[in-house]
Amino acid sequence: MAKIHVSTTINGEPTEFLAAPQQSVLDVLRNTLGLTGTKEGCATGDCGACSILLDGTLVCACLVLAPEIEGKQIDTIEGMATGDQLHPLQQKFLERAALQCGICTPGVLIAARALLERNPDPTESEVRFGLAGNLCRCTGYDKIVRAVLEVAADMKEAAR
Amino acid sequence: MTDLVYLSPPTLDEAVRAFAAAQGAARILAGGTDLLVQMRLGTVRPGTVIDIKKIAEMTSIEETADGGWRVGAAVSGAALADHPRFGTVWPGVLEAVNLIGSKQVQGRASAGGNLCNASPAGDSVPAMVAAGAVVTVQGPNGRREIAVEAVPAGPGRTNLAPGEIVVSFTLPPRPANSGDAYLRMIPRTEMDIAVVGVGVSLTLSFGVCTAARIGLGAVAPTVLLVADAAAALVGSSLEDAAVEAAAAACRAACKPINDKRGTIVYRTKAAGVLLKRAVAIAAERARNA
Repeated sequence: MAKIHVSTTINGEPTEFLAAPQQSVLDVLRNTLGLTGTKEGCATGDCGACSILLDGTLVCACLVLAPEIEGKQIDTIEGMATGDQLHPLQQKFLERAALQCGICTPGVLIAARALLERNPDPTESEVRFGLAGNLCRCTGYDKIVRAVLEVAADMKEAAR
Repeated sequence: MTDLVYLSPPTLDEAVRAFAAAQGAARILAGGTDLLVQMRLGTVRPGTVIDIKKIAEMTSIEETADGGWRVGAAVSGAALADHPRFGTVWPGVLEAVNLIGSKQVQGRASAGGNLCNASPAGDSVPAMVAAGAVVTVQGPNGRREIAVEAVPAGPGRTNLAPGEIVVSFTLPPRPANSGDAYLRMIPRTEMDIAVVGVGVSLTLSFGVCTAARIGLGAVAPTVLLVADAAAALVGSSLEDAAVEAAAAACRAACKPINDKRGTIVYRTKAAGVLLKRAVAIAAERARNA
């Protein structure tokens, strides 16, 4: 079957790949491009483990067909740190042990960053609703929510 | 899913031609939050997928010259929420669209897809029905406009003719002191399928309700326009007796199923309760509009 040639930008890097039309972006990221930070949980858009940004919008990579990202900008967990400098959310998740098995963590981080970019000073309820699309099978939600709120508070303090 | 053909035509005419040429073997791809799941589960096996998101008319939001709105069928819930004005004029429609799934799903899911998926529990549909939205469809025989409530035919089925594609929703100009609201009942607090959904849109003039539309979801094979409920409100000052009469009309319109989410008795009772709450919210918005 003929594969489709796709040109896109992933974490700021121009990237080209060949994909079958029915392949998901998640499949391409993990199995064609070796970007395995984006995880597969359900593959039906329910769990959020494959959260990425598509032109700045939070989406599930499992529910985007590979040819759909032609000419688009993709941001994945691999682009979250700047070199060795972890993103404040990543740093806080480590400090506060806001992860257990870690499978949901990349998706949670991507979703949390998207949340704070839109709403830098969220209430606890807003964080919980904002991350409701990210399931943690270890059920470690409380530490996740508290870590996100702490980062928001740190950002607010730093902005003074 | 072998031999899938992916097309992303830049114009509606090309999309309509490709859709017709596929003779029923193609599916329209908007946000994909239903279609791609169905394809993965094997419940639909299209030979061709036609991505309509490169068509400007499908992805744009416009305020029309008469003060109405035109929302492209593939506009995502996130894009609608980002519009600076839409949510101030039609907060109920926006709430309904933004109740569909998680933030991730809202980044993709569209009102056009929600309508064409034809679930009786689709959240955006009762709000669009209440808003009096008219759907523009285009097919091999040209363009036509139909009321949104005329689109669903039953669970998973629409009244669209073969080859027709939903292009946009047109919402009418808003008179002063109008408000809308959408509420749904779900067993959880977030991200679930409606047991009942109620959309209300109304207009007040010196405290008297001069126009109303009620859309009722998840309690019948299709979303319903409940004209009797609207009639109970129009001419009233939304006093308790009038709102109770509207609630009774909603309960009478219910033809629900028993399932794991709710029994017939529960859904019917909840329809009346939600109607009253949604009327209160819509009225408050109308007073402040």
